[in-house]
Amino acid sequence: MKKKRSFFERAAAAPYMLWSLLFIIAPLLFVLYFAVTDRNGDFTFENLLSLSSYSHTFVMSLGFSLIATVICLLIGYPLAYCMSRTSTRTRSILMVLLMLPMWISLLIRTYSLMALLDNGGLVSTFLTKLGFEKLTFIGTDAAVILGMVYDFLPYMVLPIYTSLTKIDPRYIEAAADLGCNSPKTLFHVILPLTVPGIVSGVTMVFVPSISTFYISQKLGGGSFDLIGDVIERQFKNAVTYHTGAAISLVMMILILISVAIMNRFSDGEEDLIV
Amino acid sequence: MNKKDVLIRLNGISKSFDGETVLDDMSLEIHDKEFITLLGPSGCGKTTTLRIIGGFETPDAGDVFFGGERINDVPAYKRQVNTVFQRYALFPHLNVFDNIAFGLRIRKLPDAEIKEKVKEMLSMVNLKGFERRRVSTLSGGQQQRVAIARALVNQPKVLLLDEPLAALDLKLRKDMQNELKNIQHQTGITFIYVTHDQEEALSMSDTVVVMANGRIQQIGTPTDIYNEPENAFVADFIGESNIVDGIMLEDYKTRFAGHTFECLDGGFEKNEAVDVVVRPEDVDVVSVEKGMLRGTVTGVTFKGVHYEIIVDVGGFKWMIQTTDFVAEGETIGLYIEPDAIHIMKKSEFSGMFGDYSSFSDELDRLSDATEDEEE
Repeated sequence: MKKKRSFFERAAAAPYMLWSLLFIIAPLLFVLYFAVTDRNGDFTFENLLSLSSYSHTFVMSLGFSLIATVICLLIGYPLAYCMSRTSTRTRSILMVLLMLPMWISLLIRTYSLMALLDNGGLVSTFLTKLGFEKLTFIGTDAAVILGMVYDFLPYMVLPIYTSLTKIDPRYIEAAADLGCNSPKTLFHVILPLTVPGIVSGVTMVFVPSISTFYISQKLGGGSFDLIGDVIERQFKNAVTYHTGAAISLVMMILILISVAIMNRFSDGEEDLIV
Repeated sequence: MNKKDVLIRLNGISKSFDGETVLDDMSLEIHDKEFITLLGPSGCGKTTTLRIIGGFETPDAGDVFFGGERINDVPAYKRQVNTVFQRYALFPHLNVFDNIAFGLRIRKLPDAEIKEKVKEMLSMVNLKGFERRRVSTLSGGQQQRVAIARALVNQPKVLLLDEPLAALDLKLRKDMQNELKNIQHQTGITFIYVTHDQEEALSMSDTVVVMANGRIQQIGTPTDIYNEPENAFVADFIGESNIVDGIMLEDYKTRFAGHTFECLDGGFEKNEAVDVVVRPEDVDVVSVEKGMLRGTVTGVTFKGVHYEIIVDVGGFKWMIQTTDFVAEGETIGLYIEPDAIHIMKKSEFSGMFGDYSSFSDELDRLSDATEDEEE
């Protein structure tokens, strides 16, 4: 009986195992292979060493995605908090509003934002009508960060919202019992208890932000070169596969390190992450 | 206790949830330094009463007074009470020390003082050296102690305890009962204790409040409640009782089960229908000739100190506790002393309890278990 069950369990896992072997593990090995070989297939560290010329891009990408993540957190946490405190009805409406953009392709969302912000777009026309001087949005730092926040905000809200609704109301009562008014309860009990959700949200915004390329392309007006753009360019060009793979590898390691650091904050409590 | 001692007064409290009445015009006075227990089956309103005093629920009608001041609208965090929650509700993100220090930190006491007080508390609840432990690594009994320390460290006027021992095993529960009683003596804090365990209520409390259907059935000392139950519900809920339909012939004379008995109660109408309570340990087993009643033994259970026997007397099953062995199927005589008979007025609970025809130990345990899981 027992044996049969474990066979079924193994059988159930098989399709995914096959999938991950083909589409996750194999590609990773390819990336690793390309990153440490040259065009003739010989082992080399040259690709990795040549990356120092991209250090500026790395730093800029890191900065942009950090700013976007912080803004997402500052908007997302209060939103999730409010959502968790409303009635079930309001909650489901807010949830649909939050999810709605996620049902639309990321690319389309970015394009629509571009149409809004473009010179002669809706926003600038409106502001000009109000008597402001002609403003340019596309191509500014702010536009790129806005794009990141706009695209990834739901990924911040959802895990935080989940961890908020999971809090046992007895903890809130215990806090009130021990002298906490609402702000103190938020600060001393609710915030610490939602750290796993925050970590999860931060990861889910930070990782796609740092590796994005189309947001910077579309909203950056071509003047932006984030690390994602660089990688894309390397792979478009058959000759520079190896450099692209090397950048990807370094990126992956950097992301792994940052996820590991963030995981430490959640202190081993429930691994919501990745 | 005189009027001055009244610390908390509940006046005509009503509360319903989703149209279901949980508390019905309830009034209660709680005295300073008293160990008072709200006792009743689940759904009787005892926890709601506690939550109203704690400030976690607002009554639909009625007033709550604390030291003479109406506190209906005072939020929980401003009340001079602390709670030991059912299943503890210790903060999982804090260690033992920080859990206990929580209330003091909120009040912004100096660090040195906090350290001092937490240390004092830890030694009171026998948890010295546990400061840095995570609460999730503690056993149920230890978590319980932390919860008590976390509440008591704030030196509240009143400590509210919501079934604090329900999750502990029997042995530990007995120890903790003694410990809680000692702590109450030491600190002189008023304890308001909620439980569905009558034994716990009797052994710990100064005053027991028996509740059912959102109303108080009886308030009194444990001995009063046991010896002089006011109605069939109280008689049945506290200990074991045989509750028989009877008639009060005149003062000190009652008739039930086809026999006229002398008793110590009076003040009823002539021939008034009453409920008669006889405790199982108060019935003597005698020979058939000497018995006032005679019956057939239908069940015998060995309980260690005594046998618990079920006796069929004219179709009504009595429970009797005796140290003498009697065999199943035997016919025996029963003898009841006048002071073993307690007469109660008829109430809404008459006829619902007190017959042991469907009694079985197993059923009793089952119903206890389901009770534990509720709320």
